[in-house]
Amino acid sequence: MTRFRLNRRNVLKGAGAGLVALSTPTIFTRGAWAQEFCNDPSKGKIIFGFNVPQTGSYAEEGLDELKGYELAVKHINGEGDGGMLKTLKPLALKGNGVLGRKVEYVTGDTQTNTDAARDGARRMIERDGAIMVTGSVTSGEAIAQQALCQEMGVIYMAGLTHSNDTTGKDKRRYGFRHFFNAYQSGVAIAPVLAKEYGTDRRAYHLTADYTWGWTQEESIKNATEALGWETVATVRTPLGLGDYSQYLTPVLNSGADVLILNHYGHDMVNSLPQAVQFGLRDRQANGKNFEIVVPMFSELMAVGAGEAVKGIIGTSNWQWSLEDEGTKAFTKSYGEAYGVPPSQAAHTGYVQTLLYADAVERAGTFYPPEVIKALEGFEFDGAGNGPTLYRDTDHQCFKEVLVVRGNENPTNRFDVLNVIGATSREEVTYDPSIFGGELGPYEPNKC
Amino acid sequence: MLSLSRKDLVSLVVFAAVVLTMPIWLSPFGAAYPGLMQKFAIYAIFAIGFNILFGLTGYLSFGHAAFLGVGSYTTVWSFKLLTMDILPAMVFAVIVAGVFALVIGYFSLRRTGIYFSILTLAFAQMSYSLAYSVLTPITNGETGLLLARGDPRYVDQIFGAQMNLAGLPQPTLIGNALGGYGGFYLCAVLLILCFYVSQKIFASPFGLALRGIKSNQTRMNYTGFNTKPYTLAAFVISGMFAGLAGALLSITDPLAGAERMKWTESGNVVLMTILGGVGTLFGPVVGAWLIKYFENIFSAINTNMLNSFLSFLPDGVQSFFVTVLSKFVGEGWHLTLGLLFVLIVVFLPGGIVEGVQRLVARFRGGGQRGKATSPQPAE
Amino acid sequence: MNAFLAQLLNGLDKGGAYALIALGLTLVFGTLGVVNFAHGALFMLGCFCAVTFRYLITIETVTIDPEKLSPWGTPLEVRTPLVQNWFGDFGAVLVDYSVPISLLLAVPAMLAIGIAIERGLIKHFYKRSHAEQILVTFGLAIVLQEIVKSFFGANPVPQPIPTDLRGAADIGAWLGMEVHALTYPWWRLVYLAFSLLVIGGVFAFLQFTTFGMVVRAGMADRETVGLMGIDIDRRFTIVFGLAAVVAGVAGVMYTPLLPPNYHLGMDFLVLSFVVVVVGGMGSLPGAVVAGFLLGILQSFASMTEVKSLIPGIDQVIIYLVAVVILLVRPRGLMGRRGVMES
Repeated sequence: MTRFRLNRRNVLKGAGAGLVALSTPTIFTRGAWAQEFCNDPSKGKIIFGFNVPQTGSYAEEGLDELKGYELAVKHINGEGDGGMLKTLKPLALKGNGVLGRKVEYVTGDTQTNTDAARDGARRMIERDGAIMVTGSVTSGEAIAQQALCQEMGVIYMAGLTHSNDTTGKDKRRYGFRHFFNAYQSGVAIAPVLAKEYGTDRRAYHLTADYTWGWTQEESIKNATEALGWETVATVRTPLGLGDYSQYLTPVLNSGADVLILNHYGHDMVNSLPQAVQFGLRDRQANGKNFEIVVPMFSELMAVGAGEAVKGIIGTSNWQWSLEDEGTKAFTKSYGEAYGVPPSQAAHTGYVQTLLYADAVERAGTFYPPEVIKALEGFEFDGAGNGPTLYRDTDHQCFKEVLVVRGNENPTNRFDVLNVIGATSREEVTYDPSIFGGELGPYEPNKC
Repeated sequence: MLSLSRKDLVSLVVFAAVVLTMPIWLSPFGAAYPGLMQKFAIYAIFAIGFNILFGLTGYLSFGHAAFLGVGSYTTVWSFKLLTMDILPAMVFAVIVAGVFALVIGYFSLRRTGIYFSILTLAFAQMSYSLAYSVLTPITNGETGLLLARGDPRYVDQIFGAQMNLAGLPQPTLIGNALGGYGGFYLCAVLLILCFYVSQKIFASPFGLALRGIKSNQTRMNYTGFNTKPYTLAAFVISGMFAGLAGALLSITDPLAGAERMKWTESGNVVLMTILGGVGTLFGPVVGAWLIKYFENIFSAINTNMLNSFLSFLPDGVQSFFVTVLSKFVGEGWHLTLGLLFVLIVVFLPGGIVEGVQRLVARFRGGGQRGKATSPQPAE
Repeated sequence: MNAFLAQLLNGLDKGGAYALIALGLTLVFGTLGVVNFAHGALFMLGCFCAVTFRYLITIETVTIDPEKLSPWGTPLEVRTPLVQNWFGDFGAVLVDYSVPISLLLAVPAMLAIGIAIERGLIKHFYKRSHAEQILVTFGLAIVLQEIVKSFFGANPVPQPIPTDLRGAADIGAWLGMEVHALTYPWWRLVYLAFSLLVIGGVFAFLQFTTFGMVVRAGMADRETVGLMGIDIDRRFTIVFGLAAVVAGVAGVMYTPLLPPNYHLGMDFLVLSFVVVVVGGMGSLPGAVVAGFLLGILQSFASMTEVKSLIPGIDQVIIYLVAVVILLVRPRGLMGRRGVMES
């Protein structure tokens, strides 16, 4: 009811004083008290905001991410079997909520649209009182929400976002990314490509024509050219094109012997099977077998591509069939809860939520600057990716990057990708200054 | 010049009261927070502008989102290059959107009916595709155009405003930061202003001419009346409304993304207008609010909320209702929206406002008088 | 030269698909006078006829083996496909050829769906404004796709090409060029032939049957046909059903090229409208010509040589062509005066 009264006061002020009053109501919302911050849970509930696409083309990944979030809240609150709470090290969470109080959550639908994503995040912050917002399936959503959350003074834990910009050009003090990025994909995949296909190859790139595609094309091109590969051509394809035939026929007699598809999601689901149908993989070029590479894999999308994915090499943030303790614990709790193994979307969402909760527990407060400092430079293990560092200079996680290959003989319908290698954390670590950007201040705005 | 008929004046006062008291009457619906109320006001402006074209002239534009996007981009560029003050940003946005509308309208209005619709759609889709890809240096593509601390802001530099900031600069109105509720009242005042302008246009000889064009363009032409300048003027005005709406989107939330120009956005404003009632004054506003409400509130309801909401029921009944209802909220909110479209258009012909007026008229007439006596605001 | 021929084939293939989708839409426009925003959804439903058929014939008996656990910790499921059990080799062929065979399911299913939609909803909207037709059909499209989503999820469901039709045909070798100089996937050739067949079939049906004659007369002048005492309403129902069938079979055969998801219809909706309008309202041949024209131009616009001249041309080519054609020819390629012009 306090909220209601506050609003009415605003209305009376606003209506009464006319134009001058336009800025007056902000007195109530932008107080100048020290240690006051947006949605301080000490005055109410602890609310996490889970904002993922639930409708539109990426709904499946979004809904799977949401399941990861819901599971994380259960485990933080001490329900279920605890999952990664048993394997994460170091860990301050005790399985009794955060700072001794239970966590609740609200959900939203981003529709894979930046405006809808920001609307959802604002609702969570302004109406529902969320202290942390998380979730995304594309970089556009992630960057848009992270910029908003910086303005509102609420921490944003990114979901699926693979563009270099998220923790590069557009990084924010209040935004954190557990997922890997295009640069790391390039560095990680290169040694495996050299081993599998040799160092004397001619590559043809088909690239989705928008920022993510460009950054990935550049990263992969640099990494493969360093191996000694030659780049025959880089061709841009419109986003969301259904039929790629007009871009595939020129590949056939271009003199290339590797096709690199810098496509994600539905672009990949369509272009990869079509490339296989054009007989690319049945061919010989320059005396070698023609190969197709998809640098960034998502297993849900790999399922969508069907048989075409068999034998194709790419990278992945995480895979449920890994053998470490963290993965096994998470896969087991997720499998018991939902009957299927988790995707990397569910994994990154789950881990991000635990990491945030744990940082609050370690900081002993929800005050965002302290939580941010607890996350910056945090070194942990047992989350499924080996020893991992949340780097302070750009809020990017550094960990092993997996190289995967489409399974030739799947034993069940979820066994789509095989892990064929992992590139060490040292190798995928880079100098943060190469991408520029600026994190911004610690001090929170009063939303 | 500025006067209104008595009936219009009453409408305006009622409308202003409804808009300004949104924070009160929306709170039982869970929608009384600045983010959504701003969107209510902004999309109402967008729809009112669209209705000036579609409602009065009958020309169905399927590319109005292009003007929304152009307004947004102009605003953010004005923030980046000139000043964080919103007044120049709004003026520029309206002008640039108007010029854009003039060019597109000049070509599109050479055709009528569905040919016109497809022309506007094609122009808007071209703008969208290019903004997403080739024009990335101007639009920042997928990520959307964002403010940066290092932006030049030449005018602000001269006056020394917004200097030495720790974080990003905030949009201001003559030096005052806006904030959540400030942003809402700004949008609300502009919405009332736009409503007033739309009333004036509806009641003016210009509006009458536009309606003449709608009912029979050929006849208008035969009487020696040159309809071209009229339709073009209506097109440009409604483009400027869209530009203003786009500017407000970027003022309340400084970001401009290419998705704002996609055909789904254009389709949205068409649906809003038809849903509320084409050619009525209130209709587009009601339609915009309804669609935005579903998009933001229904989509956010999850099974947890349903469970606690229905906790008064016995266990078995509760879980039954939760299972059924969860199909219609959260990830299923599209289903509810689709059903709503179908039901409204079946049971309330002419959209919500007109449909309700007809129902009321029928009740008053004791159910004996048919459609003939019901009010037909558009015609 | 090879590159040119390959792009021509691509264009024809795309054009076939565009023409098929546009054909049903323009039929509904021309005869019923209804702006059908649910047409994309009908195409999507066609795709999911193939998905459903494959789902049905690959139903497996699932027995749970309590002894063993799956890697993610639930009891292991042992699956045996029923069809193979019952029919042996024939069952295997059935599964292999599921996409073309599912046409047998799609035709009656889409006809029934089309008739149900027309009788249940569309027929009440013949006399309503186009705006209301848009709203109701758009609402219907959303409802249809949400129903599909609740059954099949939001992820694309890939459909395989029959084994015999996989791989690419060496067209170059037939024409006396070198081996591999010009190859083209068999299934795309099948699709092209299929689309020509269906287009030809629809035209023959309208040209050579009494029913078709009445429909064509109805397209030309509905009122007079009604005045002549012909029950045009019943025929409209069948026309709508026919449009649904054409959209549906276009979808079925497209599934191996484009793994369908519930949202697919919306992606094709705008395109199909552009094709119909460029072809000209109320003209069936116009829609077909426009489909092939746009398909071929889209293919050529994506060639590197063209793109280097005009950057981004492949992004906008369809809309650019639409604008140019509509500005040069007031009613599209073959449109008739007075249809959907007010």
